[in-house]
Amino acid sequence: MSSSEASVRAEALESLLIDKGLIESDQIDQTISLYNERVGPMNGARVVAKAWKSTEYRQRLLEDGSKAIEEFGFIGGQIDKLVVVENTASVHNVVVCTLCSCYPWAVLGLPPRWYKDPAYRSRIVREPRKVLEEMGTVVSGDKLIRVWDSSAEIRYMVLPELPLEWSGLPESDLAERVSRDSMIGVEILAAPEDA
Amino acid sequence: MTEGGTSEFPLEGELQPPMANGEVLFEEPWQGRIFAMTILLHQDGLFSWQEFQDELIEVIGRWDAVNDETRQYEYYEHFSVALKTLLNKKDLVASGELSRRIDEYASRPHGHDH
Repeated sequence: MSSSEASVRAEALESLLIDKGLIESDQIDQTISLYNERVGPMNGARVVAKAWKSTEYRQRLLEDGSKAIEEFGFIGGQIDKLVVVENTASVHNVVVCTLCSCYPWAVLGLPPRWYKDPAYRSRIVREPRKVLEEMGTVVSGDKLIRVWDSSAEIRYMVLPELPLEWSGLPESDLAERVSRDSMIGVEILAAPEDA
Repeated sequence: MTEGGTSEFPLEGELQPPMANGEVLFEEPWQGRIFAMTILLHQDGLFSWQEFQDELIEVIGRWDAVNDETRQYEYYEHFSVALKTLLNKKDLVASGELSRRIDEYASRPHGHDH
C-alpha cells in the first residue's frame, strides 16, 4: 500500500470515529504531542541514574520495577509489570519482543524501528552475540547473554553497568548519559577498551 | 537480513540522536494519528490493551509467515489493520462502513491520490 492510500484510510477512520462521537480530533493531536515530547527514554535514564546512586533504590527497582518507578509519576501506560534486569560483570541482558513489539513505553518511549523488525525479533534469540556485534556491541566472551522476551503483561528494561569513569558524576549528569539502546541491552555504555 | 529497509538496525546505533532530543517516532503523520486513535479508544475503555495486542500479534504473525523478503516491514500498516479488525469485531466501526468512507475520500478530486 502506498503511503497516500494509508493516509486516506487513516483519515477515513478518523472521520468515522469523530462522527460516532468516539473520539475528538483535538484529543488525537494532544496524544501525539504527549508521546512526542513527554514520553521517551529520558524517563528510563532517570531511573537508571537513581539506581546507580542509591543502593537502596536499586534493590527496590530490581525487586519490583513497576512499584519502584511509581514515584516518578511517568505517563505513557502500557506497563502492567515492569521487570528491571541488571547487567553485571558476568551477565549481559538484552530485551526483545519476538511476537510483536511490546516495549516499556513509560520508561523508554516508543520502540525504535529496528526493534520492530522481524530480523531483530528472530535473530537476537538465536544468535544474540552475533547480532549485538553487528550493532557494534561486543560482549566479552566470559559474560553470559540473557535474552528477555517481552509480552503484553511483562515489559523488561535493562539496568546497564555504570562505567567506572562516571562513578563520581551527580545523578542528573548520569541521567543525560544513559542511552536508550543501553536500556534495551544492545549497547554497552562508554566501553573503555573500545579501540 | 531484509533488503530495502534503509534504516535497519546496523545503522540505527550509529545514527542514534542524542537521547535527550528524543527521537522521530512517526515517519508519516498518519502513523501518529492511527497510534493516537488506538490509545484514546483504549483509554475510553472500548477495548483492553490485551485485546489490541492479540490482534496485532495475529496480523504480524500472518505477515511473518509469508516471509517475502522483497516487502518492507510496515509496522504501522499492521497497527492499522489490527485496529480496524478490532473495531469491526466490537461493532464500533463496521468494515463495510469504513470501506465506503475510504472510497469516498479516495475519489476526492484534489490531492490524496497520485
